[in-house]
Amino acid sequence: MSHAAGSNRYYVPEPSIWPLVGSGALLLLAFGAVLSMNSIANGGLLLLAGFVVLLIMLFGWFGRVIGESEGGQYNIQVDRSFRWAMSWFIFSEVMFFAAFFGALFYVRVLAVPELGSPAQALLWDGFVGHWPTAGPAAKDSFTPMHAWGLPAINTALLLSSGVTITWAHWGLIAGKRKQLILGLILTVLLGVTFLGVQIYEYGEAYSHLNLKMTTGVYGSTFYMLTGFHGFHVTLGATMLAVILVRSIKGHFTAERHFAFEAVAWYWHFVDVVWLGLFVVVYWL
Amino acid sequence: MNASHTAHHDDLGHHGHAPTGIMRWITTTNHKDIGTMYLWFSFIMFLVGGAMSLVIRAELMQPGIQYVSPEFYNQMLTLHALIMVFGAIMPAFVGFANWMLPLMLGAPDMAFARMNNWSFWLLPPAAILLTGSLFVPGGAAGTGWTLYPPLSVQMGIGMDMAIFAVHILGMSSIMGSINIITTILNLRTPGMTLMKMPMFAWTWLVTAFLLIASMPILAGAVTMLLTDRHFGTSFFAAAGGGDPVLFQHIFWFFGHPEVYIIALPAFGVVSHVIPAFSRKPLFGYVSMVYAIAAIGLISFFVWAHHMYVTGIPLTGQLYFMYATLLIAVPTGVKVFNWVTTMWRGALSFETPMLFALGFLFLFTIGGLTGLVLAITAVDIQLQDTYYVVAHFHYVMVAGALFSAYAGLYYWLPKWTGHMYNESLGKLHFWLSIVFFNVAFFPQHFLGLAGMPRRIPDYAQQFTDFNMVSGIGAFGFGFSQLLVLVVVFQAMKGGAKAAAKPWDGATGLEWTVPSPAPHHTFEDPPPFDQATAHG
Amino acid sequence: MAISKSKSCRGWGSARLARGLTAGALALGTELAVAAWELNLQPPVSAGARLAYDLHTMVMWLIVVIFVGVFGVLSYSLYAHRKSKGHKPADFHDNTTVEILWTVVPFIILVLIAFPATTSLVAMRDTSQPDMTVKATGYQWKWGYEYLTGDAAGIKYMSVLATTQDQIKGLAPKGEHYLLEVDKPLVVPVNQKVRILATSADVIHNWSVPAFAVKTDAVPGFVRDTWFRAEKEGTYRGQCSELCGKDHGFMPVVVEVVSAEKYAAWAAEQKKLMAAGAEDVSKVWTLAEQQAHGEKVYTTNCAACHQPTGQGLPPAFPALDGSKLVKGPKQAHIQIVLNGKPGTAMAAFGAQLNDTDVAAVVAYERNAWSNKSGEVIQPAEVKALRGK
Ligand code: HEA
Ligand code: HEA
Ligand code: HEC
Ligand code: CUA
Ligand SMILES: [Cu+2]
Repeated sequence: MSHAAGSNRYYVPEPSIWPLVGSGALLLLAFGAVLSMNSIANGGLLLLAGFVVLLIMLFGWFGRVIGESEGGQYNIQVDRSFRWAMSWFIFSEVMFFAAFFGALFYVRVLAVPELGSPAQALLWDGFVGHWPTAGPAAKDSFTPMHAWGLPAINTALLLSSGVTITWAHWGLIAGKRKQLILGLILTVLLGVTFLGVQIYEYGEAYSHLNLKMTTGVYGSTFYMLTGFHGFHVTLGATMLAVILVRSIKGHFTAERHFAFEAVAWYWHFVDVVWLGLFVVVYWL
Repeated sequence: MNASHTAHHDDLGHHGHAPTGIMRWITTTNHKDIGTMYLWFSFIMFLVGGAMSLVIRAELMQPGIQYVSPEFYNQMLTLHALIMVFGAIMPAFVGFANWMLPLMLGAPDMAFARMNNWSFWLLPPAAILLTGSLFVPGGAAGTGWTLYPPLSVQMGIGMDMAIFAVHILGMSSIMGSINIITTILNLRTPGMTLMKMPMFAWTWLVTAFLLIASMPILAGAVTMLLTDRHFGTSFFAAAGGGDPVLFQHIFWFFGHPEVYIIALPAFGVVSHVIPAFSRKPLFGYVSMVYAIAAIGLISFFVWAHHMYVTGIPLTGQLYFMYATLLIAVPTGVKVFNWVTTMWRGALSFETPMLFALGFLFLFTIGGLTGLVLAITAVDIQLQDTYYVVAHFHYVMVAGALFSAYAGLYYWLPKWTGHMYNESLGKLHFWLSIVFFNVAFFPQHFLGLAGMPRRIPDYAQQFTDFNMVSGIGAFGFGFSQLLVLVVVFQAMKGGAKAAAKPWDGATGLEWTVPSPAPHHTFEDPPPFDQATAHG
Repeated sequence: MAISKSKSCRGWGSARLARGLTAGALALGTELAVAAWELNLQPPVSAGARLAYDLHTMVMWLIVVIFVGVFGVLSYSLYAHRKSKGHKPADFHDNTTVEILWTVVPFIILVLIAFPATTSLVAMRDTSQPDMTVKATGYQWKWGYEYLTGDAAGIKYMSVLATTQDQIKGLAPKGEHYLLEVDKPLVVPVNQKVRILATSADVIHNWSVPAFAVKTDAVPGFVRDTWFRAEKEGTYRGQCSELCGKDHGFMPVVVEVVSAEKYAAWAAEQKKLMAAGAEDVSKVWTLAEQQAHGEKVYTTNCAACHQPTGQGLPPAFPALDGSKLVKGPKQAHIQIVLNGKPGTAMAAFGAQLNDTDVAAVVAYERNAWSNKSGEVIQPAEVKALRGK
């Protein structure tokens, strides 16, 4: 049976072992994390094993998908499915961040002021419910991260990476290969630089500002929000790198390049989250 | 005509080198195989979770501590709920979706067949983590399924396992939902517009949206819990400026949509069964669709009705009370539509219809007690009592589970090619409905009289009703084993089922032979107006 | 007043057994009365509880009417429109008028419910101008009360389950108030507006008394308030209503409502007792004295987790009998009792126990079971370690 592109048969892939491998990887990762978080022997080893298996699975699975795509087995309807899927996936990511933004909103607007209110003086006499705070029982002081230093630089980096990827996309549509590849290289570089700056920023926070993960709820929200964002930048940059390699190999045409677009969407999403972070975590 | 077209592909060696034996199930990309696996997994989990509920009921048979320690009781309670909700009921309806959506929509398979398989195969690791946590030092989480901190911060390794299980279940649900949404939006046969598609597809469309929107929120909540436990963050610790109640807000922002995630697909199944056995089209299709959408939407704005006594401000209590009351309106529309569907039909009472009727009666009771709980001043008396336990078992067991049974009996001929044993089916129904009420109706009285939930031992004035409830629970539990008999019989043999064994049924799924061939609708079938609305 | 004399019942002495037996005999007599088939909310004893009660009755009847209405129609249909009777199906499937009707009518019903529901709630939440204020602190698993204002201001004590382990394990007959009795209930005057400030030292608990329609979470690190004005003298019983760990089912709330005179007398007596029992940190204790006091402190505060046998419930709750830490240097031992261990159920008892109690309980643990160190620990040593 043939699944030629343009046929109106929907492509249904053949049986595959990768899902099971992926589940095995997650099970290993979960057990590894459980053990290492409770300082039990071999946790780290299991984590590593899980990570390796996950990588193998990702290579195998995505390799397969790329092969099928290049083999011309995806018709327009399949392409539309991918678009729906990517949009909903990004929506789920938005909701994940929403939980943390929600937590930040809640503590800033409700919990901290309440802890500083007269009604709570019975427990926390003298605590002033002002943001930023490490909470009423905090012993040492810290300096919050200022918006107009490194974070502002990072904002500029990410915003320009949004421009470069759009420029690369124009190149792709116009059939200008050089522009496509250059644009992608620039985007990856900007992403990596962003990560470098963020690591440096964390270092500064720990060594000079006394701002740690354990610095009360300010530290918690700061590191969890920026940390998960950084993790997503890492993912995005990796995906960009893959797309870059595929572009160099000449995988995409002006008409058919959904993989490129998916990564671009993802990158824009990461970008937008950063803007939100910049405003509510650093600035306000 | 579709039947003959699809039949000639009815072989597993379709692609020439398809794996067989266990590898077939592990590697499959076939929605019917995956649906079958979901359904079996769900039933096994139902037995495991049910066995745990029997531990609970046995301990509660009499006052005093008899069989299990209080810690173990709490672990049973937690795992019972997590396993029932995430392991039994949700996978059951995903199983239905897998089996039936492509058939109902005229699609060759789910939109992402390989990812579909992964969604399923994520469940066993999660189940291993959950049940395995019973055997680690300290045992499973003993926090209730709500996992409230700081209690959950105190727990041992079992808590971490539960957290990662929730992460994995969340991934599974999100991938499954993306698959379902995409299938519904993109793989309908030409001519089947959204407003013509079967009601089951509509309920799943909204459910999948709820899942994609709410599961990541839960993932966020348990992630914060994890970092509070191990990395010194203070999201839920007042000393660091956080708030334990914050967890409850996030949890219930997920948790309330979750209860409709359980209820909506159940509504969908019933919306097929009732018209089929009334031999009359579903009444008020359009208003049904709007009601589903309204329920889905409102469900995101009522979460704090689980938190009336946490000390939220008066204005919060009032707002959440009004919003919660509002949900009764669209749900009422559905109930009235089902009743009117039956009005002046030609009713017959095969097992699927019996379960659908059981659903209708008992779900409405549960919904109406939900209304009582919604009224804050009354909920102050009832919150965390057995009244709540009664409420949610009426909507979840008599609601979701009964509806799943309705679907099982309704579609079993399509899956196995054989009619099930009708007398056994009816016996199963009557035993279930009687014992269910014996088990859970008295819990309303216990709750009113003030018996708190989540306790392994109770004051003596609660003895009699607890005894009755226990007897009902054991009766109900053991009656469920009949399902195994019925299903095995139908798999092994029995009267051959016609392509359309129910004279009143409509929809594309009945145009393929029974049992449904391995591959169906490789080319989109023509869509006939007359079969619209399933 | 019996209450002021009663002491902790968490012991296993023979006196207790005798008491358990008499209580059991009593219980047999009242068995039938106790095992009532209660069908409704408990009789209200405060204005708030009456509001909740009436509201519930109203809504209850409303849903009964709706249920009977809807299923009356359905039942008729099930009867009259059976295929087996040869009923031919109609094929209508829409009717905008009725659909609008059954959207609007329920909405109106709900709006009508919302009015009394709102006014009742507003009244129930009004904690302003109390006659007296009591702070109720939830601990795993007991309640601590501290009178902040009024005649009894300054009085504070713990209120612990009085039902014996033997009753719970079925080794002794269960008393009439099985699981709903404490050593020292909260005592309040009748017809006075009592404001409760609920908070917690460890996990979330919930302070609840159905007869007053009072139920409020005790959230660690936050104070929540609620109130009641009891209208009748008597003893009213509730239970912790938020899962708080292993002994969640065993931390009742008992409120004794007494006349103004009795209340004043009770307060005076408590104050006298407190003055008499005031701690003398410089007192030097002998081993025997300290063991006796230490055992008492241990049973009320520690035995729930570490068990009367000192064996704990490992691995969740470690054994103290033979524990390295308990057999090691006393500083570390005193410190863990004072400061607890964050992230575990081991609370910082420094806030609940005074220096004498801590010294006694530490000394007790170091001498009980197989830990025969022979050490005496003086309160002054504990005092020196506080805050370190
Ligand atoms: C399938 C699951 C499901 C469903 C569908 C519902 C439906 C509803 N639930 Fe329920 N609920 C749960 C599962 C569910 N619930 C669970 C699991 C818990 C406990 C969680 C925990 O703490 O562990 C809970 C707890 C819970 C509480 C918190 C109680 C407490 O802890 O104190 C409340 C309070 O408002 C509530 C309300 C409602 C309401 C108003 C509805 C409404 O949607 C019901 C609407 C339906 C009807 C009203 C009936 C039909 C309508 C008519 C016939 C029309 C005419 C009616 C009128 C005009 C009134 N539920
Ligand atoms: C959809 C979800 C769902 C389902 C189907 C059920 C089903 C049942 N539940 Fe559950 N329940 C919950 C969801 C569910 N429950 C939730 C969310 C909670 C709250 C937890 C919390 O507080 O955190 C809860 C809590 C809960 C309690 C309250 C405990 C407490 O507060 O202390 C009780 C007590 O009676 C109970 C009983 C039952 C019973 C008797 C069944 C029966 O319907 C079960 C019937 C099935 C069987 C009994 C299986 C039959 C199998 C055998 C007999 C053989 C066994 C053999 C093998 C394993 C090989 N449940
Ligand atoms: C709510 C349960 C609970 C109560 C009540 C409790 N403890 Fe503990 N205790 C624990 C837990 C849990 C640990 C283990 C902490 C850890 O993980 O190190 C512990 C540890 C200890 C240890 C250290 C044991 C060791 O070997 O490391 C000592 C000593 C101790 N408790 C004394 C006491 C005393 C004295 C009291 C009463 C005044 C008491 N505990 C009350 C739960 C409790
Ligand atoms: Cu304290 Cu439950
Ligand atoms: Cu809810």
